[in-house]
Amino acid sequence: MSFEPRIVGFLCNWCSYTGADLAGTARMKYAPNVMTVRVMCTGRVDPGFVLDSFRAGADGVLVCGCHFGDCHYVEGNHKCMRRIAITKRILKGMGIQPERLRLEWVSASEGARFQEVVNSFTEEIRGLGPIRLKEWAFVPEQVEAAAAAHGE
Amino acid sequence: MAKPKLAIYWAASCGGCDIAILDIEGKILEVADFFDLVFWPCAMDFKYDDVRKMQDKEITLTLFNGAIRSDENYEIAKLLREKSVVLCAFGSCASEGCIPGLANFTDKQTIMDYVYKTSPSLEPGNDVVPQTNVKVPEGTLHIPNLWNTVRTLPQVVDVDYIIPGCPPQSNQIAAVIDAVVDILKNGKPLPPKGTVLGASDKCCCDECKRQRNVKKIKKFIRPFEIVTDPEICLMEQGMVCLGPATRSGCGAKCVAAGVPCRGCYGLPSNIRDQGASMASALASVIDSIDEAEVERILDTVADPLGTFYRFSLPSSMLRRVQQ
Amino acid sequence: MDKAKITIDGQQIEVDDGSYVLEAAKSLGIEIPTLCYYPYMVPYAACRICCVEAHGAGGWSKIVTACNYPVWDGLEIFTDTPRVINARRTNLEMLMANCAPVPVLQRLAEQLGITEPRWKTGSNYTCILCGLCVRICDEVVGAHALAFINRGAKRDVSTPFQLDSESCILCGACAKHCPTGYIKMEEIENRYIVHQEMNLSPNAAITLPFRQAVPNVPQIVRENCIHFKTGGCMVCAKVCPKDCIEYGDRPNFEEVEVGAVVIATGFDSFDPTPMKQYGYGKYPNVISSEEFEVMNNAAGPTGGKIVMENGAEPRAIAILHCIGSRDHDYHKYCSRVCCMYSLKFSHLVKEKTSAEVYQLYIDMRSFGKGYEEFYSRILDEGVNVIRGKAAEVVPSGYRQHEEGHLIVRCEDTLIGKYREIPVDMVILSTALEARRDAKEFGRKFNISTGADGWFIEAHPKLAPVSTTTEGIFLAGACQGAKDIPDAVAQGGAAAAQAMKLMAQGEVMMDAAYAVIDEAFCSGCKMCNDMCPYTAISFDDAKKVSVVNSALCKGCGTCVAACPAGAIMARHFTDEQIYAQIEGILA
Repeated sequence: MSFEPRIVGFLCNWCSYTGADLAGTARMKYAPNVMTVRVMCTGRVDPGFVLDSFRAGADGVLVCGCHFGDCHYVEGNHKCMRRIAITKRILKGMGIQPERLRLEWVSASEGARFQEVVNSFTEEIRGLGPIRLKEWAFVPEQVEAAAAAHGE
Repeated sequence: MAKPKLAIYWAASCGGCDIAILDIEGKILEVADFFDLVFWPCAMDFKYDDVRKMQDKEITLTLFNGAIRSDENYEIAKLLREKSVVLCAFGSCASEGCIPGLANFTDKQTIMDYVYKTSPSLEPGNDVVPQTNVKVPEGTLHIPNLWNTVRTLPQVVDVDYIIPGCPPQSNQIAAVIDAVVDILKNGKPLPPKGTVLGASDKCCCDECKRQRNVKKIKKFIRPFEIVTDPEICLMEQGMVCLGPATRSGCGAKCVAAGVPCRGCYGLPSNIRDQGASMASALASVIDSIDEAEVERILDTVADPLGTFYRFSLPSSMLRRVQQ
Repeated sequence: MDKAKITIDGQQIEVDDGSYVLEAAKSLGIEIPTLCYYPYMVPYAACRICCVEAHGAGGWSKIVTACNYPVWDGLEIFTDTPRVINARRTNLEMLMANCAPVPVLQRLAEQLGITEPRWKTGSNYTCILCGLCVRICDEVVGAHALAFINRGAKRDVSTPFQLDSESCILCGACAKHCPTGYIKMEEIENRYIVHQEMNLSPNAAITLPFRQAVPNVPQIVRENCIHFKTGGCMVCAKVCPKDCIEYGDRPNFEEVEVGAVVIATGFDSFDPTPMKQYGYGKYPNVISSEEFEVMNNAAGPTGGKIVMENGAEPRAIAILHCIGSRDHDYHKYCSRVCCMYSLKFSHLVKEKTSAEVYQLYIDMRSFGKGYEEFYSRILDEGVNVIRGKAAEVVPSGYRQHEEGHLIVRCEDTLIGKYREIPVDMVILSTALEARRDAKEFGRKFNISTGADGWFIEAHPKLAPVSTTTEGIFLAGACQGAKDIPDAVAQGGAAAAQAMKLMAQGEVMMDAAYAVIDEAFCSGCKMCNDMCPYTAISFDDAKKVSVVNSALCKGCGTCVAACPAGAIMARHFTDEQIYAQIEGILA
């Protein structure tokens, strides 16, 4: 069975969520892999949301907001840009390819662009393959079995 | 009435927590007077078997310091959980992983290779690597297996309370002991399970005396690079100070001395990942809207991962590096 | 003040003691000719044309100069006796003996019945040495830049040593009041540029800031005002019957508390200078649409005539559409008003001149009510409409000079041919663009501008006049290019929205806003600068930051910035979002 990436999309209410809506009402077909979380502004996107998405099993995270200068809240997208830059560094340090986190600007009128972004990102993540978080959960049985193997 | 029993254990830790307990000075006599010290390997000679022979829940209070990174740590953690009424994660290692937890940035093999094969301080030619089981004429020697991933105490056993800090400050330990004595003597109700003791809900800035203003940062610097202004917030001066994302309780001693907070008191109760919160806040106050310049400014943060997750990596969202 | 009763030509009048006969006569409406009189100075009686006959008690009489003869009780004055006329005639003839027959002297001579002056008349020299200029410069202006020079027959008026004077402030008062036109201000009278806003007069120091200014009150332009250069003059204060002139007035700022703000800052006109191919600024007869509008104004510099730079009527005019609009190098948007005003222009040209009109358009967008009908009417008027954007404007060669001074090159896409159209004048229908300071201005009101610089409305369909900031509304072209009917409609809507807000007496807030939990805030001030709406302030007493929920828009950027997790975005809390992440990945 081919690998279907699971992608969390954080979309800003005013541009990208509306852009996604437009793609939908225009009957544009795009990859169903992005599951969206609506936020009022990309400025709300905490690096914790991104890390938690990977923790919870996402293979990629897509953050979409208004183009620079178009932000409904003046410059929330600039703050998002800075936070995504630092989050990519954290991901890299944690051994997760920073390409798995993508920040894109999609305006309310860019339904076609949303379609393109989702498709290309899904393909990119498909190429990168799934994330298998190593030794995240603590499984007592495994540990005890290993200890027994090491024991006398 | 029999004295309540107290156990103090160290798993993967440096021993600083034990010293911090001794640092309560005269009060240690009260402790010895009030409690029956049944187990404190760092200070007195006890055997694990003594503990194994105890009844379940025989120990009233166990202060457990140190992270869990070997079969032995885990076994004793389980044992003390069984035998204790109240198990307290004592100090940063037990509660969030702390410095031993930085091992999660690498793996066991790399660490073993460095320590026993490539470290420049090794005796040349000696590349003996310890084995878990070694046969000697007298029988088989057994050394507990080291784990690839460092765990915190709450990740492996059920923990009742947390006392944060690297180490917990002596005045806070004394206050906790007073509270415990008060509860045991006067039958006061226990705080709800999971409560963080010996610290407050606010963050380190609450105790910091420095004057804080609006922050706008063009370049991050390290403490040795400038002579710090003693009055002004260190972050405003360009240092990465984890104070805003760190629970208060320590008395902000480091920042008072001109050293930025490194975050040993762990995350405040409202956040989920100390490093991510700090990173987000830091990115927020970078004074640029140009992507290339932001990258340049971020380049000036020395060892961002080690800085943001110095104490909390094993308890962070991702817990360890992925390969 | 004591009053004196005097009689002038049989009419009695009571005037202030110490005033002069000329003023009294003026107030009775009796005309006494003068040349060197200026009401705001000490009279000088140099020209002696104002002479009248004074009669006193006891039957004596004599000829006096009215301008400086003080009144006294019982004085009787006659202004048109044969003796007066004779005296004036003689005085005028003597003035004419040294001065060329300038119009003002000839007019007087005609009035006094002089057909041939008894003595010779001057030939080139036009000064009557009345000294009005010297006195104005001394007494009114206070520049002291003019004086009499030489004596006797060589007497003249000049600057000291007949050199360029450093004292002269170029106010032009001497030239304005010189009765014979001896002094001229050549530069100032030059052709006034078409693009300038209307003044009361060229370079006037008192002017209306612009037409339809509110309040419609003139103001002093300090750079041009004599008073602010020398401390003298103040003639305007003497002239004004209502004592409205206030030299000490300064622009001052007043703070007004309001419940709502309607922003209607309009647009800027696109400057076509960078589009070198159209030669704006290079060829004088290539003008912008705004300049053409000024030219058409009946009160404008050309009196509403459509003329070329040389004053002649153009034979053919080309109107080029979409200058700066629908252009990838400048503005991609359509400015929406240019097609219709360009059509109006051709109508005006057809009405006022016999010139040929060429409209060069990309698409004719006559979309409004009655607009298409107007387009048909223009076609009926014989306007040439060419589908094709003009490529360039060049000066015509010798061969085509007969037809026009400029050549417009274009492709006529309807016939698929390259064309060169000779015209005399080119009007560039320039784009509407956002005010150049819109971004900075928007920041003051916490409203954002789009990529094109226009202010962004809260919602393009559902809230077209509101902004993201509560109580701030948009009207007109500051929100996007639009024509007058649309701007008026939007203005009405904005006013109604503002009224609604104020009439309610209370404000309905969006429930999604941020809250800081004091128990967790340690006052690190990380968030204080985050808020684009300045909703976050610092409570110095409690040492915590506080969100003003009335200002907060709920974007959540402070929530993500708070390192202690002390800020909660209502309806978008951390718990909710983490639960969503958990949910969609479960």
